[in-house]
Amino acid sequence: MISVRNLTKTFGRLTVLDNLSVELGAGQAISLIGPNGSGKTTFIKSLLGLVIPDRGDIHVQGQLCRDNWTYRDQIGYMPQISRYPENLTIRQLIRMMTDLRKKNASELDTDLIDAFGLPALYDKTMRSLSGGTRQKVGACLAFLFNPPIIILDEPTAGLDPLSSEILKAKLVREKQNGKLILITSHILSDLDGLTTEVMYMQEGRLQFLKPVAWLHQQTGETKLNRAIARLMENPSLITGTQQANTSNLTLF
Amino acid sequence: MLRITKYVWADILQNRVVLAYTAFLLAVSFALFSMDSNPAKGLMSLLNIVLMVVPLISIIFTTIHFYNSYEFIELLLAQPIRRSQLLLSEYIGVASSLTMAFLIGVGIPVAFFAGTTTGLFLVGAGISLTLIFVSLAFWASVLTRDKAKGIGVTLLLWFYFALLYDGLVLTVLFSFSDYPLEKLMLVLTTLNPVDLARIVVLLQMDVSALMGYTGALYSELLGSTVGMVYAGLILVVWALVPLWGALYLFRQKDL
Repeated sequence: MISVRNLTKTFGRLTVLDNLSVELGAGQAISLIGPNGSGKTTFIKSLLGLVIPDRGDIHVQGQLCRDNWTYRDQIGYMPQISRYPENLTIRQLIRMMTDLRKKNASELDTDLIDAFGLPALYDKTMRSLSGGTRQKVGACLAFLFNPPIIILDEPTAGLDPLSSEILKAKLVREKQNGKLILITSHILSDLDGLTTEVMYMQEGRLQFLKPVAWLHQQTGETKLNRAIARLMENPSLITGTQQANTSNLTLF
Repeated sequence: MLRITKYVWADILQNRVVLAYTAFLLAVSFALFSMDSNPAKGLMSLLNIVLMVVPLISIIFTTIHFYNSYEFIELLLAQPIRRSQLLLSEYIGVASSLTMAFLIGVGIPVAFFAGTTTGLFLVGAGISLTLIFVSLAFWASVLTRDKAKGIGVTLLLWFYFALLYDGLVLTVLFSFSDYPLEKLMLVLTTLNPVDLARIVVLLQMDVSALMGYTGALYSELLGSTVGMVYAGLILVVWALVPLWGALYLFRQKDL
């Protein structure tokens, strides 16, 4: 679904993405993790066409992204910070997005809107909404047009636990529908049970993209955040197998 | 194009700054016209205010609006839409809203008290300056990433065009007063939309007779129909060039 080849991006002297190649497929729920400044946001923004790469190609559903804007109807995006025009109401905002995507009302996926109880707030202006409610609006917009690819940047950061669970349940359903889901999050425990693969980036390079089952087996940890922590402590686990397992035992 | 513009309108037309701007222009216009029974004097005073306030509000409001919409612009660009189309829609939305505010605040009182050719020229000058300074603001905002720096750049631009430029022109005039400078003056005027707008409106007023030899030259060159068309074209160029620059930069900008 998304194929990235030799993606490179520099800001001045700083290399943010360094020859990154990766293939992401349908039905996967990928957690994109890595330390601050590892290039996660730049990677996501490159996929969305917000950052223009220096070198390398991105194909989304077979379409080359460079100098192309039509491919973005395949993607639903929820940004980390949700800020909207202050005087627009939720109703106007949703109508604006629907106009933009040229979709009919019957094709819209309003599951999340209903689950979050947004129709009761339809005529409130964006200015009067709390940060968490604006995040909910952002999440709804990502799913609204039923896109095959869903990209979420720190989706649970501003959400209360209940809303966070609603969003997670929706993500699980969409994953089962064969969509590709790409999430960055620092709160790894939120992603337990949803994530199928972990994509780990460091200094603009892809360290690994592995199935969660592999991580559990390799580190002997059942919790995702523990497994990642173990890998960060002991990078040889990523490549090594037998030797890694024994060193793992001595740690206990 | 209008798909986005109409929502920019819906947002801006409820904006308190734009409402206050309209009310301010209205109050000033009515006050100036009712102070003197001669509407020509009112127009003269109004011209001076328009030449200062319209560029300032246009450039500052547009810049702040752009930076406040930054995250939303990012979200819109993640949708299937061309970058140039988005920026043009934003420009049309902001420029037409401020033009509307100006037409209500100045256009209506002028039509009421001084519905003359001079009045028409004043309104035309105000609209041109609105379009030009909104355009300059877009260029400066796309150029600089940082909000504080962007507002600083636009304030400097306003300061330069509204105040500093005249000082520089006067310095040149005094330093080279022994030489014939009329042609140069014309070129210098073209290089500042505020001055150009001022002269085009002044030439419609009786006071242009007081401007001496240079005034006579302006009158000859810009007072004719050809001169008017020339001045109008230059103002259009002043609105289009920064907008084109903004579109060019925006197309390859990393957000």
